[in-house]
Amino acid sequence: MSNQATELAAPQRLNSLRRGLFRWESGLVIVLLAVIVFGAGEVPDFLGSTNLFHVGLNSGEIGIMALPMLLIIITGEIDLSVASMLGLSGAVAGVMFEAGTGIWPAILVALAVGAAGGFLNGFLVARFGLPSIAVTIGTLGLFRGIALIILAPRTVTGFPTWFTSIGTTPVPGTPLSVSILIFFILAILTAVVLQRTGLGRAIYASGLQPEAAEFAGIRVRRIKLWLFVLSGVVCALAGLLFTAKNASVTYNAGTGLELTVVAIVLFGGASIFGGRGTIVGLVLSLAVIGFVQQEITQLPASATIQGIKPQLQQIIVGALLVLSVIVPGRGAALRRLLRRAGSPKRTAGAQNPDVHTSEVTTSGR
Amino acid sequence: MPVDASDARPVLELERATKSFGAVRAIVDGTITLYRGEAHALVGENGAGKSTLVKILAGVHAPDSGDLRVDGIDVHFRGPADARDAGIAVIYQEPTLFPDLTVAENIFMGRQPVRAGRRIDRRAMNSAATEIFTRLGVVLDPDRQARGLSVADQQLVEIAKALSLNAQVLVMDEPTAALTNVEVDRLFGVVSTLRSHGAAVLFISHRLEEVFEACQRVTIMRDGAFVRTDPIEMLTVGDVITAMVGRKLDTMFPKTPSHPGDVVLEVRGLSRTGIFSDISFQVRRGELVSLAGLVGAGRSEVARAIFGIDHATAGSVTVDGKPLRLGDPLAAMAAGIALVPEDRRQQGLVMGLGIDRNVGLASLRRLRRRGLIPRSAERLLAEDWARRLQLKFARLTDTVSTLSGGNQQKVVLGKWLARDPRILIVDEPTRGIDVGTKAEVHRMLDDLTSQGIAVLMISSELPEVLGMSDRILVLREGRLVAEIGGSDATETSVMRAATGQEAA
Repeated sequence: MSNQATELAAPQRLNSLRRGLFRWESGLVIVLLAVIVFGAGEVPDFLGSTNLFHVGLNSGEIGIMALPMLLIIITGEIDLSVASMLGLSGAVAGVMFEAGTGIWPAILVALAVGAAGGFLNGFLVARFGLPSIAVTIGTLGLFRGIALIILAPRTVTGFPTWFTSIGTTPVPGTPLSVSILIFFILAILTAVVLQRTGLGRAIYASGLQPEAAEFAGIRVRRIKLWLFVLSGVVCALAGLLFTAKNASVTYNAGTGLELTVVAIVLFGGASIFGGRGTIVGLVLSLAVIGFVQQEITQLPASATIQGIKPQLQQIIVGALLVLSVIVPGRGAALRRLLRRAGSPKRTAGAQNPDVHTSEVTTSGR
Repeated sequence: MPVDASDARPVLELERATKSFGAVRAIVDGTITLYRGEAHALVGENGAGKSTLVKILAGVHAPDSGDLRVDGIDVHFRGPADARDAGIAVIYQEPTLFPDLTVAENIFMGRQPVRAGRRIDRRAMNSAATEIFTRLGVVLDPDRQARGLSVADQQLVEIAKALSLNAQVLVMDEPTAALTNVEVDRLFGVVSTLRSHGAAVLFISHRLEEVFEACQRVTIMRDGAFVRTDPIEMLTVGDVITAMVGRKLDTMFPKTPSHPGDVVLEVRGLSRTGIFSDISFQVRRGELVSLAGLVGAGRSEVARAIFGIDHATAGSVTVDGKPLRLGDPLAAMAAGIALVPEDRRQQGLVMGLGIDRNVGLASLRRLRRRGLIPRSAERLLAEDWARRLQLKFARLTDTVSTLSGGNQQKVVLGKWLARDPRILIVDEPTRGIDVGTKAEVHRMLDDLTSQGIAVLMISSELPEVLGMSDRILVLREGRLVAEIGGSDATETSVMRAATGQEAA
């Protein structure tokens, strides 16, 4: 073995370097740079602190919700109820505040509701083995419905200034919104969990091959249950930040955001089939979408897109979502393309081991 | 039908083919010649390049150099479709049929006979399928859904499909691995029918007895290169093994005398409704006990229940006299039990993860330092076991899917031995791995018992059971029907107990 290892060392290192260059994340860096260069050229003061603050402000809650979503998607499940939980959390906090409980009890109860909602999702998925896509489409309707019942058609306002200032002023000394700062902190924590803990190893294994994970003593269903609870709590937190930003609560806050959240996770390189995905990819993907949305809103008034800006944003999110799903094994596909371009001798029928590996990975479910 | 190799023209020739994947040279000299009417075996250890050679014949891989001739004419396949058009068909170990379509629809997929208005002529299709099955001498309903067909029947569908395409060369990649003895006999019947119709059959198998039973000539490969091709009657099993591994194996079953100590594992009245019932036995320190029996007798299920993957409905398991909480793999692991499961690819390994991650997967808690898993600790653990088990690999971070079957099994063993188990349960530890690695696994099991580990082995290979066990427990239809001392056991006595013949 040692003979073989040394014999192969040099080309292998070259290979891994090449592989690193063609990773999905590397592609995202290039896309991000292009988006920033374009913005800097077209939008006045694009990299000024006001503009950056707004990018963070608009991306914060979405990014926060995307973190537990990434973990859930890596285990091979999905949570489509996130945006409804954001709305429900705001509604609960709003109704309590309106009833005079004060802001802190309202916040705590909203987080508790998040935990309970997440537990419901997780329980149905882990205990009864129901498909999470069906369960969370159900609770997507359920949570929004409860928000509607307890709140509509009212709009609650009059929150304390310190609370609403979270959504209007940057963290002192930085251009960061509070929400994006929280996102960064949580992102670092999530990255550590994913890359450096047994739980992280277990999460990837559960998504790649649940049966093998169980045979290794990993409690796959229990992990899934707690990830859904985590998702509920974190989405409730996002709901509170969203409330602070708008200084008001309506029952339909954040409607449709679940698709943006899923799009960010998948565009960040995670596989919808589970087992793959990184925090670095997610952060880059969030930055790309955040900057693109800012560009659309800030582009100087030109007659062509002025009237359709919101639609354009939706179209772009939708396109990214589809793009990241239709190009399967994207990193590998990119490598293959480049390699084939480099060696025209290779015939169409030929496969290389990389392709095989990625097939194995995706069929792991 | 006798093979007349001297003056007949070969139907397929591959000469000095090479194929590399990056730095890995999979084949350095792929050479094989097939004649009409012969069953030709291709044997070699895992990693010898058999699969790559098959993929070259199937048009999946293009060789980097070398010649491929069909009926004496040079060919260059650009894809599997070219190979198929040239009359080469590959039957894989586990065929992939369309489960919702009928047998006949699977056979004629994409080429269904049509009536006016491009409607599929179901009747013509079914009768054509029946005709092929008759020619093969087998009975299979062309109108039934493919779902639920046994692996053996699925292979027949693939063979029928190949015949409907006028295949001249049928390549069968480990066709018997998942078949019962009766099914193997039927398959061999089909092979000889194919031969008598003038087809060449290339047969790849790890089971040398089958090679000697069904084939006329054998080609042996080692380390990606052609070693020799000979008529089977000129060789002994020993010759073939020596040519495959490149050295003489001292012994396949290096069993040393054991000195069983105290009882470590005690199973009492263990039952799982409808699967097995009232299973009681003990395993001592330093003892290797085998669970023998036919496939489906409930052996693996007993192991799964002991390890806690499945819930037992009655009975108890004690380790060192302490009762074990059933239905919880973590409790079993904490008590010192390790299970190397039957299905390496689904249960034993996470195929998409690296060697290092797989070795560490069952030891996550042990690797943890202040809540985190240091990369260095994980790497050291994997390096240690890779060295001890003589694993062949390029980098520890390579996904285990790139390893050969034998090396994959070593990773599974390493993953469990890394936990210092007191009780090691191995379920079909040498299934689908080559003879060289097989002997290594046997030596390893023998070492472990002499270190005082209690080993419970499940195996369908009688020579392995007879050669390695201190005691043999025989299961039949979910019941423990016999216990035979290792030295008293013979193939006949175990098979009698397993099939229930002794009562008759």
